[in-house]
Amino acid sequence: MNAPVRMPKLIKGATGDWEVVIGMEVHAQVSSNAKLFSGASTEFGGDPNDHVSLVDAAMPGMLPVINEECVRQAIRTGLGLKAQINLRSVFDRKNYFYPDLPQGYQISQFKDPIVGEGVLTIDLENGAQVEVGIERLHLEQDAGKSLHDQHPTMSFVDLNRSGVALMEIVSRPDLRSSEEAKAYVTKLRSILRYLGTCDGDMEKGSLRADVNVSVRRPGEGLGTRCEIKNVNSIRFIGQAIEYEARRQIGILEDGGVIDQETRLFDPGKGETRSMRSKEEAHDYRYFPDPDLLPLVFPQELVDDLAAHLPELPDEKKARFINVLGLPAYDAGLLVADKDTADYFEAALNAGGGKRDAKAVANWIMGDISAYANSVSKAVSQTFITPEQVAGIVDLIGEGVISGKIAKDVLAIMVEEQGGDPRAIVEARGMKQVTDTGAIEKAVDEIIAANPDKVAQAQAKPTLAGWFVGQVMKATGGKANPQAVNELVKARLGL
Amino acid sequence: MSVDATTVRRIAHLSRIAVSDADVPHLEDELNSILAFVEQLGQIDVSGVEPLTSAMAMTMRLRADEVTDGGYAAKVVANAPVSEDNFFLVPKVVE
Repeated sequence: MNAPVRMPKLIKGATGDWEVVIGMEVHAQVSSNAKLFSGASTEFGGDPNDHVSLVDAAMPGMLPVINEECVRQAIRTGLGLKAQINLRSVFDRKNYFYPDLPQGYQISQFKDPIVGEGVLTIDLENGAQVEVGIERLHLEQDAGKSLHDQHPTMSFVDLNRSGVALMEIVSRPDLRSSEEAKAYVTKLRSILRYLGTCDGDMEKGSLRADVNVSVRRPGEGLGTRCEIKNVNSIRFIGQAIEYEARRQIGILEDGGVIDQETRLFDPGKGETRSMRSKEEAHDYRYFPDPDLLPLVFPQELVDDLAAHLPELPDEKKARFINVLGLPAYDAGLLVADKDTADYFEAALNAGGGKRDAKAVANWIMGDISAYANSVSKAVSQTFITPEQVAGIVDLIGEGVISGKIAKDVLAIMVEEQGGDPRAIVEARGMKQVTDTGAIEKAVDEIIAANPDKVAQAQAKPTLAGWFVGQVMKATGGKANPQAVNELVKARLGL
Repeated sequence: MSVDATTVRRIAHLSRIAVSDADVPHLEDELNSILAFVEQLGQIDVSGVEPLTSAMAMTMRLRADEVTDGGYAAKVVANAPVSEDNFFLVPKVVE
Protein backbone atom coordinates (compact mmCIF):
# COMPACT_ATOMS: atom_id res chain seq x y z
CA MET A 1 0.00 0.00 0.00
CA ASN A 2 1.29 3.44 -0.90
CA ALA A 3 1.27 6.13 1.79
CA PRO A 4 -1.23 8.91 1.03
CA VAL A 5 0.43 11.87 -0.67
CA ARG A 6 -0.23 15.60 -0.50
CA MET A 7 -2.39 16.43 -3.51
CA PRO A 8 -1.65 19.81 -5.07
CA LYS A 9 -4.66 22.05 -4.68
CA LEU A 10 -4.85 24.50 -7.55
CA ILE A 11 -7.33 27.30 -8.01
CA LYS A 12 -8.83 27.61 -11.46
CA GLY A 13 -8.57 31.10 -12.90
CA ALA A 14 -9.84 32.44 -16.22
CA THR A 15 -6.40 31.97 -17.76
CA GLY A 16 -5.26 28.78 -16.08
CA ASP A 17 -4.39 27.26 -12.72
CA TRP A 18 -2.93 29.12 -9.76
CA GLU A 19 -1.24 27.92 -6.61
CA VAL A 20 -1.71 29.74 -3.31
CA VAL A 21 1.27 30.10 -0.96
CA ILE A 22 0.62 30.78 2.73
CA GLY A 23 2.80 31.57 5.72
CA MET A 24 1.48 32.21 9.21
CA GLU A 25 2.47 34.39 12.13
CA VAL A 26 0.56 33.14 15.14
CA HIS A 27 0.40 35.21 18.33
CA ALA A 28 -0.16 32.93 21.28
CA GLN A 29 -0.71 34.34 24.75
CA VAL A 30 1.67 32.71 27.20
CA SER A 31 -0.08 30.98 30.12
CA SER A 32 1.33 32.72 33.19
CA ASN A 33 0.01 34.40 36.32
CA ALA A 34 1.83 37.68 35.86
CA LYS A 35 2.85 39.73 32.83
CA LEU A 36 6.08 39.44 30.85
CA PHE A 37 7.87 42.35 32.53
CA SER A 38 5.65 43.31 35.49
CA GLY A 39 3.87 41.77 38.46
CA ALA A 40 0.35 42.66 37.26
CA SER A 41 -2.19 39.90 36.67
CA THR A 42 -2.85 38.39 33.23
CA GLU A 43 -6.39 37.37 34.17
CA PHE A 44 -8.95 37.92 31.41
CA GLY A 45 -11.80 40.38 31.84
CA GLY A 46 -10.83 42.54 34.83
CA ASP A 47 -12.23 46.00 35.46
CA PRO A 48 -10.71 48.70 33.22
CA ASN A 49 -7.02 49.27 33.99
CA ASP A 50 -7.24 47.11 37.10
CA HIS A 51 -4.57 44.62 35.99
CA VAL A 52 -2.09 47.34 35.25
CA SER A 53 1.14 48.20 37.02
CA LEU A 54 3.00 51.47 36.54
CA VAL A 55 5.40 49.50 34.31
CA ASP A 56 2.55 48.48 31.99
CA ALA A 57 1.31 52.06 31.89
CA ALA A 58 4.86 53.17 30.94
CA MET A 59 5.16 55.69 33.73
CA PRO A 60 8.53 57.48 33.68
CA GLY A 61 11.31 55.71 35.52
CA MET A 62 9.66 52.28 35.55
CA LEU A 63 11.92 49.39 34.57
CA PRO A 64 10.92 46.01 33.13
CA VAL A 65 11.98 42.79 34.94
CA ILE A 66 11.35 39.59 33.02
CA ASN A 67 9.05 36.82 34.33
CA GLU A 68 10.99 33.54 34.50
CA GLU A 69 7.91 31.40 33.85
CA CYS A 70 7.30 33.16 30.52
CA VAL A 71 10.85 32.25 29.53
CA ARG A 72 10.25 28.63 30.52
CA GLN A 73 6.97 28.53 28.60
CA ALA A 74 8.70 29.81 25.46
CA ILE A 75 11.41 27.14 25.82
CA ARG A 76 8.78 24.41 26.35
CA THR A 77 6.95 25.56 23.24
CA GLY A 78 10.19 25.58 21.28
CA LEU A 79 10.89 22.02 22.41
CA GLY A 80 7.36 21.00 21.41
CA LEU A 81 8.07 22.37 17.94
CA LYS A 82 11.37 20.42 17.82
CA ALA A 83 13.10 23.75 17.47
CA GLN A 84 16.53 25.19 18.16
CA ILE A 85 16.57 26.83 21.61
CA ASN A 86 18.85 29.87 21.74
CA LEU A 87 20.66 30.07 25.07
CA ARG A 88 21.22 33.76 24.47
CA SER A 89 18.54 36.03 23.06
CA VAL A 90 18.00 39.78 22.97
CA PHE A 91 15.00 42.03 23.52
CA ASP A 92 14.50 44.91 21.11
CA ARG A 93 12.23 47.91 20.96
CA LYS A 94 9.79 47.98 18.06
CA ASN A 95 8.76 51.61 17.75
CA TYR A 96 5.33 52.81 16.68
CA PHE A 97 2.63 55.10 17.99
CA TYR A 98 -0.82 53.93 18.94
CA PRO A 99 -2.95 54.93 21.94
CA ASP A 100 -3.03 51.39 23.36
CA LEU A 101 0.79 51.21 23.35
CA PRO A 102 1.77 53.58 26.17
CA GLN A 103 5.52 52.99 25.87
CA GLY A 104 5.56 54.13 22.25
CA TYR A 105 7.35 50.85 21.54
CA GLN A 106 6.69 47.16 21.98
CA ILE A 107 9.38 45.10 23.68
CA SER A 108 9.93 42.24 21.26
CA GLN A 109 12.78 40.14 19.91
CA PHE A 110 14.09 40.93 16.46
CA LYS A 111 17.55 39.68 15.50
CA ASP A 112 18.08 37.14 18.26
CA PRO A 113 14.85 35.32 19.18
CA ILE A 114 14.67 32.79 22.04
CA VAL A 115 13.65 29.97 19.67
CA GLY A 116 14.97 29.30 16.17
CA GLU A 117 14.02 26.82 13.46
CA GLY A 118 11.67 23.94 14.11
CA VAL A 119 9.02 21.86 12.42
CA LEU A 120 5.34 21.04 12.83
CA THR A 121 3.69 18.08 11.11
CA ILE A 122 0.11 18.45 9.92
CA ASP A 123 -2.26 15.64 8.95
CA LEU A 124 -4.37 16.24 5.86
CA GLU A 125 -7.88 14.95 5.25
CA ASN A 126 -6.65 12.13 2.99
CA GLY A 127 -4.20 10.90 5.61
CA ALA A 128 -1.14 12.54 4.04
CA GLN A 129 1.30 14.39 6.28
CA VAL A 130 3.03 17.70 5.56
CA GLU A 131 6.00 19.08 7.47
CA VAL A 132 5.66 22.82 7.94
CA GLY A 133 8.84 24.70 8.73
CA ILE A 134 8.88 26.94 11.81
CA GLU A 135 11.16 29.89 11.22
CA ARG A 136 11.29 31.26 14.75
CA LEU A 137 9.45 31.91 17.99
CA HIS A 138 10.01 35.07 19.99
CA LEU A 139 8.64 36.64 23.15
CA GLU A 140 6.96 40.02 23.06
CA GLN A 141 4.47 42.22 24.89
CA ASP A 142 0.80 42.43 24.01
CA ALA A 143 -0.73 45.91 23.59
CA GLY A 144 -3.76 47.32 25.40
CA LYS A 145 -7.27 47.44 24.00
CA SER A 146 -9.12 50.36 22.41
CA LEU A 147 -12.91 50.63 22.39
CA HIS A 148 -14.20 52.86 19.62
CA ASP A 149 -17.95 52.54 20.13
CA GLN A 150 -18.36 54.12 23.56
CA HIS A 151 -18.24 57.78 22.59
CA PRO A 152 -18.80 59.89 19.43
CA THR A 153 -15.36 61.50 19.33
CA MET A 154 -13.20 59.62 21.83
CA SER A 155 -11.68 56.13 22.01
CA PHE A 156 -11.55 54.34 25.38
CA VAL A 157 -8.25 52.67 26.25
CA ASP A 158 -7.88 49.78 28.69
CA LEU A 159 -4.32 48.59 29.40
CA ASN A 160 -5.21 45.30 31.13
CA ARG A 161 -3.66 43.30 28.28
CA SER A 162 -0.74 45.69 27.94
CA GLY A 163 2.44 43.80 28.77
CA VAL A 164 0.91 40.31 28.77
CA ALA A 165 3.45 37.88 27.29
CA LEU A 166 2.90 36.68 23.73
CA MET A 167 4.79 34.11 21.72
CA GLU A 168 4.93 35.03 18.07
CA ILE A 169 5.37 31.80 16.14
CA VAL A 170 6.39 32.32 12.52
CA SER A 171 6.04 29.57 9.92
CA ARG A 172 7.79 29.23 6.59
CA PRO A 173 5.59 29.81 3.52
CA ASP A 174 5.07 26.04 3.33
CA LEU A 175 1.26 25.92 3.26
CA ARG A 176 -0.55 25.51 -0.07
CA SER A 177 -4.28 25.73 0.66
CA SER A 178 -6.75 27.14 3.16
CA GLU A 179 -7.29 23.57 4.43
CA GLU A 180 -3.58 23.21 5.16
CA ALA A 181 -3.53 26.61 6.89
CA LYS A 182 -6.46 25.59 9.08
CA ALA A 183 -4.82 22.23 9.84
CA TYR A 184 -1.63 24.11 10.80
CA VAL A 185 -3.36 26.38 13.31
CA THR A 186 -5.43 23.49 14.68
CA LYS A 187 -2.30 21.40 15.21
CA LEU A 188 -0.33 24.29 16.68
CA ARG A 189 -3.17 25.01 19.11
CA SER A 190 -3.32 21.34 20.07
CA ILE A 191 0.43 21.27 20.81
CA LEU A 192 0.23 24.49 22.86
CA ARG A 193 -2.63 23.04 24.91
CA TYR A 194 -0.79 19.78 25.50
CA LEU A 195 2.24 21.76 26.64
CA GLY A 196 0.09 24.04 28.80
CA THR A 197 1.92 27.06 27.40
CA CYS A 198 -1.17 28.77 25.89
CA ASP A 199 -4.85 28.04 26.49
CA GLY A 200 -5.55 28.46 22.76
CA ASP A 201 -8.86 30.21 23.42
CA MET A 202 -9.40 32.14 20.19
CA GLU A 203 -12.63 33.74 21.41
CA LYS A 204 -10.72 35.46 24.20
CA GLY A 205 -7.94 36.42 21.80
CA SER A 206 -5.38 34.05 23.36
CA LEU A 207 -4.50 32.85 19.87
CA ARG A 208 -4.68 34.98 16.72
CA ALA A 209 -3.05 34.73 13.35
CA ASP A 210 -1.55 37.06 10.78
CA VAL A 211 -1.85 35.24 7.46
CA ASN A 212 0.54 35.95 4.58
CA VAL A 213 -1.03 35.04 1.23
CA SER A 214 0.38 35.14 -2.28
CA VAL A 215 -0.45 33.32 -5.51
CA ARG A 216 1.68 32.04 -8.38
CA ARG A 217 1.57 29.83 -11.43
CA PRO A 218 2.58 26.29 -10.39
CA GLY A 219 6.35 25.95 -10.48
CA GLU A 220 7.07 29.68 -10.57
CA GLY A 221 8.81 31.78 -7.89
CA LEU A 222 6.93 33.40 -5.01
CA GLY A 223 4.43 36.15 -5.84
CA THR A 224 3.96 39.41 -3.94
CA ARG A 225 2.22 38.72 -0.64
CA CYS A 226 -0.41 40.49 1.37
CA GLU A 227 -0.62 40.16 5.13
CA ILE A 228 -4.08 39.67 6.63
CA LYS A 229 -3.88 40.87 10.22
CA ASN A 230 -5.34 39.45 13.40
CA VAL A 231 -7.68 36.73 12.17
CA ASN A 232 -9.23 35.27 15.29
CA SER A 233 -10.92 32.02 14.33
CA ILE A 234 -9.86 28.98 12.36
CA ARG A 235 -12.93 29.25 10.14
CA PHE A 236 -12.15 32.90 9.35
CA ILE A 237 -8.56 31.96 8.47
CA GLY A 238 -9.96 29.64 5.80
CA GLN A 239 -12.42 32.24 4.50
CA ALA A 240 -9.83 35.02 4.47
CA ILE A 241 -7.38 32.90 2.44
CA GLU A 242 -10.04 31.81 -0.07
CA TYR A 243 -11.16 35.39 -0.59
CA GLU A 244 -7.66 36.86 -0.73
CA ALA A 245 -6.34 34.25 -3.20
CA ARG A 246 -9.30 34.92 -5.56
CA ARG A 247 -8.80 38.67 -5.22
CA GLN A 248 -5.13 38.43 -6.15
CA ILE A 249 -5.83 36.06 -9.05
CA GLY A 250 -8.45 38.50 -10.35
CA ILE A 251 -5.96 41.39 -10.29
CA LEU A 252 -3.17 39.38 -11.95
CA GLU A 253 -5.44 37.97 -14.66
CA ASP A 254 -6.58 41.49 -15.47
CA GLY A 255 -2.94 42.41 -16.03
CA GLY A 256 -2.54 44.22 -12.71
CA VAL A 257 0.12 43.91 -10.01
CA ILE A 258 -0.29 43.04 -6.32
CA ASP A 259 0.68 45.78 -3.89
CA GLN A 260 2.41 44.37 -0.85
CA GLU A 261 0.14 45.61 1.91
CA THR A 262 -1.54 44.89 5.21
CA ARG A 263 -5.19 43.88 4.99
CA LEU A 264 -8.00 43.27 7.43
CA PHE A 265 -10.53 40.43 7.24
CA ASP A 266 -14.15 41.48 7.69
CA PRO A 267 -16.03 38.39 8.90
CA GLY A 268 -19.41 40.03 8.29
CA LYS A 269 -18.72 40.58 4.59
CA GLY A 270 -16.34 37.62 4.21
CA GLU A 271 -13.75 39.81 2.48
CA THR A 272 -10.41 41.47 3.12
CA ARG A 273 -9.74 45.18 2.79
CA SER A 274 -6.67 47.36 2.78
CA MET A 275 -5.37 48.97 6.00
CA ARG A 276 -3.39 51.71 4.26
CA SER A 277 -2.72 53.55 7.51
CA LYS A 278 -0.51 50.69 8.69
CA GLU A 279 1.86 51.02 5.74
CA GLU A 280 3.90 54.06 6.69
CA ALA A 281 4.19 52.76 10.23
CA HIS A 282 6.16 49.76 8.99
CA ASP A 283 9.41 51.53 9.75
CA TYR A 284 9.74 50.17 13.27
CA ARG A 285 13.35 51.32 13.90
CA TYR A 286 14.20 48.27 16.01
CA PHE A 287 17.07 48.58 18.44
CA PRO A 288 18.15 46.57 21.50
CA ASP A 289 16.21 47.64 24.60
CA PRO A 290 18.73 49.39 26.84
CA ASP A 291 16.59 48.53 29.90
CA LEU A 292 17.13 44.80 29.43
CA LEU A 293 20.28 42.71 29.41
CA PRO A 294 20.48 39.79 26.98
CA LEU A 295 18.46 36.80 28.16
CA VAL A 296 20.94 34.04 28.96
CA PHE A 297 20.21 30.61 30.46
CA PRO A 298 22.17 27.36 30.75
CA GLN A 299 21.58 24.25 28.62
CA GLU A 300 20.69 22.45 31.89
CA LEU A 301 17.48 24.51 32.10
CA VAL A 302 16.53 23.38 28.59
CA ASP A 303 17.38 19.76 29.38
CA ASP A 304 15.35 19.88 32.58
CA LEU A 305 12.30 21.29 30.80
CA ALA A 306 12.72 18.74 28.00
CA ALA A 307 12.80 15.92 30.56
CA HIS A 308 9.46 17.04 32.00
CA LEU A 309 7.66 17.67 28.72
CA PRO A 310 4.30 15.90 28.50
CA GLU A 311 3.55 13.36 25.77
CA LEU A 312 2.61 15.43 22.69
CA PRO A 313 -0.14 14.66 20.14
CA ASP A 314 2.16 13.02 17.57
CA GLU A 315 3.75 10.69 20.13
CA LYS A 316 0.39 9.90 21.71
CA LYS A 317 -1.09 9.09 18.32
CA ALA A 318 1.83 6.78 17.52
CA ARG A 319 1.36 5.02 20.86
CA PHE A 320 -2.39 4.62 20.34
CA ILE A 321 -1.68 3.03 16.95
CA ASN A 322 1.34 0.90 17.83
CA VAL A 323 0.64 -0.11 21.43
CA LEU A 324 -3.16 -0.02 21.66
CA GLY A 325 -3.73 -1.16 18.08
CA LEU A 326 -6.13 1.65 17.14
CA PRO A 327 -6.57 2.59 13.48
CA ALA A 328 -4.71 5.82 12.53
CA TYR A 329 -7.99 7.64 11.93
CA ASP A 330 -9.35 6.86 15.41
CA ALA A 331 -6.03 7.70 17.05
CA GLY A 332 -5.90 11.04 15.22
CA LEU A 333 -9.41 11.97 16.34
CA LEU A 334 -8.78 11.02 19.97
CA VAL A 335 -5.49 12.88 20.38
CA ALA A 336 -6.58 16.15 18.71
CA ASP A 337 -7.89 17.35 22.07
CA LYS A 338 -5.83 16.46 25.12
CA ASP A 339 -8.85 16.18 27.41
CA THR A 340 -10.51 13.70 25.06
CA ALA A 341 -7.32 11.65 24.83
CA ASP A 342 -7.05 11.60 28.64
CA TYR A 343 -10.74 10.65 28.90
CA PHE A 344 -10.20 7.76 26.50
CA GLU A 345 -7.23 6.47 28.45
CA ALA A 346 -9.07 6.83 31.76
CA ALA A 347 -11.98 4.78 30.36
CA LEU A 348 -9.60 2.21 28.90
CA ASN A 349 -7.78 1.72 32.20
CA ALA A 350 -10.62 2.34 34.68
CA GLY A 351 -10.52 0.01 37.67
CA GLY A 352 -7.31 -1.49 36.34
CA GLY A 353 -9.49 -3.26 33.79
CA LYS A 354 -8.29 -4.80 30.57
CA ARG A 355 -10.70 -3.89 27.84
CA ASP A 356 -10.67 -3.62 24.09
CA ALA A 357 -9.23 -0.23 23.02
CA LYS A 358 -11.21 -0.18 19.80
CA ALA A 359 -14.48 -0.83 21.68
CA VAL A 360 -13.75 2.01 24.11
CA ALA A 361 -12.74 4.31 21.24
CA ASN A 362 -15.93 3.45 19.32
CA TRP A 363 -18.12 4.34 22.28
CA ILE A 364 -16.33 7.64 22.93
CA MET A 365 -16.23 8.71 19.28
CA GLY A 366 -19.75 7.40 18.64
CA ASP A 367 -22.55 7.57 21.18
CA ILE A 368 -20.73 9.59 23.86
CA SER A 369 -19.56 12.21 21.33
CA ALA A 370 -23.05 12.37 19.83
CA TYR A 371 -24.49 13.10 23.26
CA ALA A 372 -21.71 15.63 24.03
CA ASN A 373 -22.39 17.43 20.74
CA SER A 374 -26.10 17.54 21.47
CA VAL A 375 -25.38 19.53 24.63
CA SER A 376 -22.54 21.53 23.01
CA LYS A 377 -19.88 20.18 25.33
CA ALA A 378 -16.61 18.36 24.97
CA VAL A 379 -16.81 14.68 25.87
CA SER A 380 -14.71 15.29 28.97
CA GLN A 381 -17.09 18.04 30.15
CA THR A 382 -20.21 15.88 30.16
CA PHE A 383 -21.57 14.21 33.30
CA ILE A 384 -20.55 10.84 31.86
CA THR A 385 -17.39 9.66 33.57
CA PRO A 386 -14.73 7.47 31.98
CA GLU A 387 -15.68 4.82 34.59
CA GLN A 388 -19.25 4.77 33.29
CA VAL A 389 -18.01 4.32 29.72
CA ALA A 390 -15.81 1.47 30.97
CA GLY A 391 -18.87 -0.03 32.69
CA ILE A 392 -20.89 -0.08 29.47
CA VAL A 393 -18.03 -1.53 27.44
CA ASP A 394 -17.50 -4.25 30.08
CA LEU A 395 -21.19 -5.22 30.14
CA ILE A 396 -21.10 -5.73 26.37
CA GLY A 397 -17.76 -7.52 26.56
CA GLU A 398 -19.08 -9.94 29.20
CA GLY A 399 -22.16 -10.67 27.10
CA VAL A 400 -24.44 -9.26 29.81
CA ILE A 401 -26.09 -6.84 27.38
CA SER A 402 -26.06 -6.42 23.62
CA GLY A 403 -24.73 -3.30 21.87
CA LYS A 404 -28.33 -2.31 21.25
CA ILE A 405 -29.34 -2.60 24.92
CA ALA A 406 -26.19 -0.63 25.78
CA LYS A 407 -27.61 2.31 23.86
CA ASP A 408 -30.75 2.05 26.00
CA VAL A 409 -28.60 2.01 29.14
CA LEU A 410 -26.87 5.19 27.96
CA ALA A 411 -30.26 6.78 27.23
CA ILE A 412 -31.35 6.03 30.82
CA MET A 413 -28.09 7.51 32.14
CA VAL A 414 -28.68 10.66 30.07
CA GLU A 415 -32.28 10.84 31.27
CA GLU A 416 -31.20 10.53 34.91
CA GLN A 417 -27.91 12.41 34.43
CA GLY A 418 -25.94 9.63 36.04
CA GLY A 419 -26.07 6.09 37.31
CA ASP A 420 -23.84 3.04 37.29
CA PRO A 421 -24.46 1.05 34.07
CA ARG A 422 -24.27 -2.31 35.87
CA ALA A 423 -26.73 -1.20 38.53
CA ILE A 424 -29.11 0.14 35.88
CA VAL A 425 -29.01 -3.17 34.01
CA GLU A 426 -29.59 -5.14 37.23
CA ALA A 427 -32.38 -2.96 38.56
CA ARG A 428 -34.33 -2.88 35.31
CA GLY A 429 -33.83 -6.48 34.28
CA MET A 430 -32.09 -5.50 31.07
CA LYS A 431 -29.74 -8.47 31.15
CA GLN A 432 -29.39 -10.34 27.93
CA VAL A 433 -31.09 -13.75 28.17
CA THR A 434 -28.45 -16.35 27.46
CA ASP A 435 -30.36 -19.05 29.31
CA THR A 436 -31.21 -21.38 26.40
CA GLY A 437 -34.13 -22.85 28.29
CA ALA A 438 -35.95 -19.53 28.38
CA ILE A 439 -35.15 -18.77 24.75
CA GLU A 440 -36.23 -22.28 23.69
CA LYS A 441 -39.53 -21.79 25.46
CA ALA A 442 -40.18 -18.54 23.60
CA VAL A 443 -39.16 -20.06 20.26
CA ASP A 444 -41.41 -23.05 20.77
CA GLU A 445 -44.38 -20.89 21.72
CA ILE A 446 -44.08 -18.73 18.62
CA ILE A 447 -43.59 -21.73 16.31
CA ALA A 448 -46.64 -23.41 17.83
CA ALA A 449 -48.77 -20.29 17.40
CA ASN A 450 -47.84 -19.68 13.76
CA PRO A 451 -48.04 -22.92 11.73
CA ASP A 452 -48.61 -21.01 8.46
CA LYS A 453 -45.42 -18.98 8.90
CA VAL A 454 -43.53 -22.19 9.69
CA ALA A 455 -44.58 -23.65 6.35
CA GLN A 456 -43.58 -20.45 4.54
CA ALA A 457 -40.19 -20.31 6.24
CA GLN A 458 -39.47 -23.94 5.47
CA ALA A 459 -40.14 -23.16 1.80
CA LYS A 460 -38.19 -19.95 1.88
CA PRO A 461 -35.47 -20.00 4.64
CA THR A 462 -34.86 -16.21 4.57
CA LEU A 463 -38.26 -15.83 6.26
CA ALA A 464 -36.75 -17.36 9.41
CA GLY A 465 -35.80 -13.81 10.29
CA TRP A 466 -39.44 -13.15 11.13
CA PHE A 467 -39.27 -15.73 13.93
CA VAL A 468 -36.07 -14.22 15.26
CA GLY A 469 -37.78 -10.86 15.37
CA GLN A 470 -40.80 -12.28 17.19
CA VAL A 471 -38.61 -14.00 19.77
CA MET A 472 -36.63 -10.80 20.37
CA LYS A 473 -39.91 -8.97 20.85
CA ALA A 474 -41.26 -11.63 23.23
CA THR A 475 -38.09 -11.42 25.35
CA GLY A 476 -38.05 -7.63 25.41
CA GLY A 477 -34.96 -7.53 23.19
CA LYS A 478 -32.90 -9.18 25.88
CA ALA A 479 -32.34 -12.53 24.20
CA ASN A 480 -28.91 -13.05 22.74
CA PRO A 481 -29.64 -12.58 18.99
CA GLN A 482 -27.02 -15.14 18.01
CA ALA A 483 -28.55 -17.81 20.24
CA VAL A 484 -32.09 -17.06 19.02
CA ASN A 485 -31.01 -17.31 15.40
CA GLU A 486 -29.44 -20.72 15.94
CA LEU A 487 -32.41 -22.07 17.86
CA VAL A 488 -34.98 -20.88 15.33
CA LYS A 489 -33.05 -22.53 12.51
CA ALA A 490 -32.73 -25.77 14.47
CA ARG A 491 -36.42 -25.89 15.38
CA LEU A 492 -37.53 -25.13 11.82
CA GLY A 493 -35.14 -27.75 10.53
CA LEU A 494 -33.33 -25.29 8.27
CA MET B 1 26.23 58.53 7.47
CA SER B 2 24.08 61.59 6.92
CA VAL B 3 20.44 62.56 6.60
CA ASP B 4 18.69 64.68 3.98
CA ALA B 5 15.61 66.90 4.30
CA THR B 6 13.25 64.04 3.33
CA THR B 7 14.67 61.82 6.06
CA VAL B 8 14.31 64.60 8.61
CA ARG B 9 10.62 64.98 7.75
CA ARG B 10 10.16 61.23 7.86
CA ILE B 11 11.80 60.82 11.27
CA ALA B 12 9.75 63.73 12.61
CA HIS B 13 6.58 62.10 11.35
CA LEU B 14 7.47 58.67 12.76
CA SER B 15 8.18 60.36 16.10
CA ARG B 16 4.95 62.37 15.90
CA ILE B 17 6.85 65.64 16.25
CA ALA B 18 5.48 68.62 14.31
CA VAL B 19 8.31 70.16 12.30
CA SER B 20 7.63 73.18 10.09
CA ASP B 21 9.34 73.49 6.70
CA ALA B 22 11.33 76.42 8.07
CA ASP B 23 12.84 74.16 10.76
CA VAL B 24 13.91 71.38 8.42
CA PRO B 25 17.23 72.87 7.16
CA HIS B 26 18.72 73.60 10.57
CA LEU B 27 17.49 70.27 11.97
CA GLU B 28 19.18 68.56 9.03
CA ASP B 29 22.42 70.34 9.91
CA GLU B 30 22.10 69.56 13.61
CA LEU B 31 21.37 65.87 13.04
CA ASN B 32 24.28 65.59 10.60
CA SER B 33 26.68 67.18 13.04
CA ILE B 34 25.50 64.79 15.77
CA LEU B 35 25.96 61.84 13.41
CA ALA B 36 29.41 63.08 12.44
CA PHE B 37 30.36 63.35 16.12
CA VAL B 38 29.17 59.80 16.81
CA GLU B 39 30.93 58.55 13.72
CA GLN B 40 34.27 59.20 15.41
CA LEU B 41 33.64 55.89 17.13
CA GLY B 42 34.28 54.26 13.77
CA GLN B 43 37.96 55.16 14.11
CA ILE B 44 38.41 52.58 16.84
CA ASP B 45 39.26 49.06 15.74
CA VAL B 46 36.83 46.75 17.54
CA SER B 47 37.41 43.65 15.44
CA GLY B 48 37.33 40.61 17.71
CA VAL B 49 35.80 42.56 20.61
CA GLU B 50 32.49 41.27 21.98
CA PRO B 51 29.76 43.93 22.25
CA LEU B 52 29.52 45.16 25.83
CA THR B 53 25.97 44.84 27.13
CA SER B 54 26.62 45.78 30.74
CA ALA B 55 29.31 47.54 32.72
CA MET B 56 29.14 44.68 35.21
CA ALA B 57 29.56 41.01 34.49
CA MET B 58 26.00 39.94 35.16
CA THR B 59 23.11 38.32 33.36
CA MET B 60 19.52 39.49 33.42
CA ARG B 61 17.61 39.07 36.66
CA LEU B 62 14.32 37.21 36.45
CA ARG B 63 11.17 37.62 38.51
CA ALA B 64 8.98 34.85 39.93
CA ASP B 65 5.61 34.35 38.21
CA GLU B 66 3.56 35.95 40.97
CA VAL B 67 0.94 38.68 40.88
CA THR B 68 2.46 41.42 43.01
CA ASP B 69 1.23 44.57 41.33
CA GLY B 70 -1.84 46.30 39.90
CA GLY B 71 -5.26 46.86 41.41
CA TYR B 72 -4.94 50.65 41.41
CA ALA B 73 -6.70 51.76 38.23
CA ALA B 74 -7.47 55.21 39.66
CA LYS B 75 -3.74 55.78 40.18
CA VAL B 76 -2.95 54.56 36.65
CA VAL B 77 -5.28 57.10 35.02
CA ALA B 78 -4.62 59.87 37.56
CA ASN B 79 -2.46 61.91 35.17
CA ALA B 80 -4.59 61.34 32.07
CA PRO B 81 -5.95 64.58 30.55
CA VAL B 82 -9.30 62.81 30.08
CA SER B 83 -10.57 59.61 31.69
CA GLU B 84 -13.89 57.99 32.43
CA ASP B 85 -14.70 54.90 34.52
CA ASN B 86 -10.93 54.35 34.81
CA PHE B 87 -10.50 54.18 31.02
CA PHE B 88 -8.06 56.52 29.30
CA LEU B 89 -9.92 58.66 26.77
CA VAL B 90 -8.09 59.70 23.62
CA PRO B 91 -9.20 61.37 20.38
CA LYS B 92 -10.93 58.70 18.30
CA VAL B 93 -8.62 56.46 16.29
CA VAL B 94 -10.40 54.08 13.95
CA GLU B 95 -9.11 51.95 11.13
